[in-house]
Amino acid sequence: MEFHMTILVGILVTVAVYLLLSRNMVRIILGTAILSHAVHLLLITMGGAGEGKVPLLRESDGPYADALPQALILTAIVISFATTALLLVLAYRTYEESGSDNMNTIRRIDRE
Amino acid sequence: MNNVLVLPMLIPLLTGFVLLFLRPSIRAQKMISILSLLSLVAVSVRILLIIRGEGIIRLDFGGWEPPFGILFVGDSFSALMVLTASVVSALIIAYSFTATERRMENMFFYPFAFFLVAGVNGSFLTGDMFNLFVCFEVMLLASYVLITLGGGKVRLAESMKYIAINVVSSWFFLVALAFLYGTVGTLNMAHISVRVAEVGQGPLLSAISVVFLIVFALKAGLFLYFWLPGSYSSPPGPIAALFAALLTKVGVYALFRTFTLMFYHDEFIIMTIIGTMAVVTLIGGCLGAIAYTDIRQIASYNVIIAVGFMMIGLAIFNEEAFKGSVFYLIHDMVIKALLFLIVGAMVYLTGKTKITGMSGLIRNYPVLGWLLFLTTLGLAGVPPLSGFIGKMYIGLGAVEGGNYFLLFAGFASSLVVLYSMLRIFMNCFWGETIINREDQRPYPARRLIPIALLGILTVGIGVGAQALEPFVSDAARVMANPGLYIDAVLGEVES
Repeated sequence: MEFHMTILVGILVTVAVYLLLSRNMVRIILGTAILSHAVHLLLITMGGAGEGKVPLLRESDGPYADALPQALILTAIVISFATTALLLVLAYRTYEESGSDNMNTIRRIDRE
Repeated sequence: MNNVLVLPMLIPLLTGFVLLFLRPSIRAQKMISILSLLSLVAVSVRILLIIRGEGIIRLDFGGWEPPFGILFVGDSFSALMVLTASVVSALIIAYSFTATERRMENMFFYPFAFFLVAGVNGSFLTGDMFNLFVCFEVMLLASYVLITLGGGKVRLAESMKYIAINVVSSWFFLVALAFLYGTVGTLNMAHISVRVAEVGQGPLLSAISVVFLIVFALKAGLFLYFWLPGSYSSPPGPIAALFAALLTKVGVYALFRTFTLMFYHDEFIIMTIIGTMAVVTLIGGCLGAIAYTDIRQIASYNVIIAVGFMMIGLAIFNEEAFKGSVFYLIHDMVIKALLFLIVGAMVYLTGKTKITGMSGLIRNYPVLGWLLFLTTLGLAGVPPLSGFIGKMYIGLGAVEGGNYFLLFAGFASSLVVLYSMLRIFMNCFWGETIINREDQRPYPARRLIPIALLGILTVGIGVGAQALEPFVSDAARVMANPGLYIDAVLGEVES
């Protein structure tokens, strides 16, 4: 289980880095979203996925699974959701103002 | 239980929410802001005094005892940071009452300024690594909104870069947290410290500590500062001041916490890597401060130099140097707010940003000019101003630890700071007056008061260092002896 998850995390990071390095703004934002999925999977994996039972006392006998990584991921998902939403709006506004979604063009605006 | 400990985060957070609903009435927003800021300062002073009396205090949320629950820990270091951040942000927000455009006030400027302060104070107080991440994000999301507020091509382009960089560095933060949790199985800072000490800081933990170093270095502008000048020089005065005074300092604070409390075992990382990064930061910052002619860029590079200087205190790694760094952190929050407000005012008054475009302002705005001169002296560390004490203690620490190279680099950078600031002062305030008396824009006294108060504060910190000294020594003592912090957090609990 851990092994497969780690491979998956690796693939996701690869895809995300590829997207982050592109010039198109929307691709960059998608890259950050995929990047955050990769790290959420990593958190699950590091917490020991698939081991132990549901951590509800009296419902089952131990050993219980660690419930903390889930809580961490939930928080991280909310944060990455907010950031992605904000980034999308920002990208739209930037596109409206500068008429381009190409980071190279936008960088040139800056220098002037 | 010390419920007072949560107030520095709770007050600005609730104020922010209340202000969101008061959007139509800016007058009401301002009234509530003032009340909230005053109570924030009062609470911070109270916390500092409680810590003086009772030692390190903590608040376990929901009664979950450490290491299981999330907790806030108040030691002298965090309380001093909270107090300074509260005072400085109060003055900056008071300044922005008169200096912010109407359309930005209508677009939730004040609520987000308060959310930013909430995130900053939370980061200073938390005793849990994941909670530190959350507080960082609260602060950063507020800063994303503030930096984009008002729009405009250049600003949006800069914001895009700023946000992308910070999203990636937050990602690294989560990666580091995942590996840390997988390795030591806890997120409570004191508990991490105990476990790291138990198993010894092997290659795996050292690698994790380096990932943390990268994350906080990105946030603090240590070595990885390439994003900083652009994004700090594009927003208007008060927002830039808020950023320069608070944001990078949180990164610096986090670096100190991480490497004095948890990962203090590996000398190579602390002495060599952080030391090298600090020196490179100083050199890069100095080059930038000399090379540019845009006053906002020069001010931004001065932020970078200060970060490098404070990290020298960490690289030297003894109590004296920590003391210097704490003093310097307090000084730097005040002086950077002052510097960015003055620079913002200069840009507002002349409509120009280059030092070549301004001349002879001292005749038009004498008070502003002398305040900039005071800032110059403070930044350079001329006694009796606030910068001197921090520089002196870092110097003493360097001599004690035999780090003469770091000592030289630090003090050489002070000269460059002095030069870069005098360049602004001489070019913009001396020389032939280019603005006629009739044409000059009036600068209202209401705006000058917060700037003048910051100026008085920097003199006050320097002259009244004796009064601050016991608190700062206590902060440095805890940093040099992590056992004190651990005992206060895990004392009654089996570790």
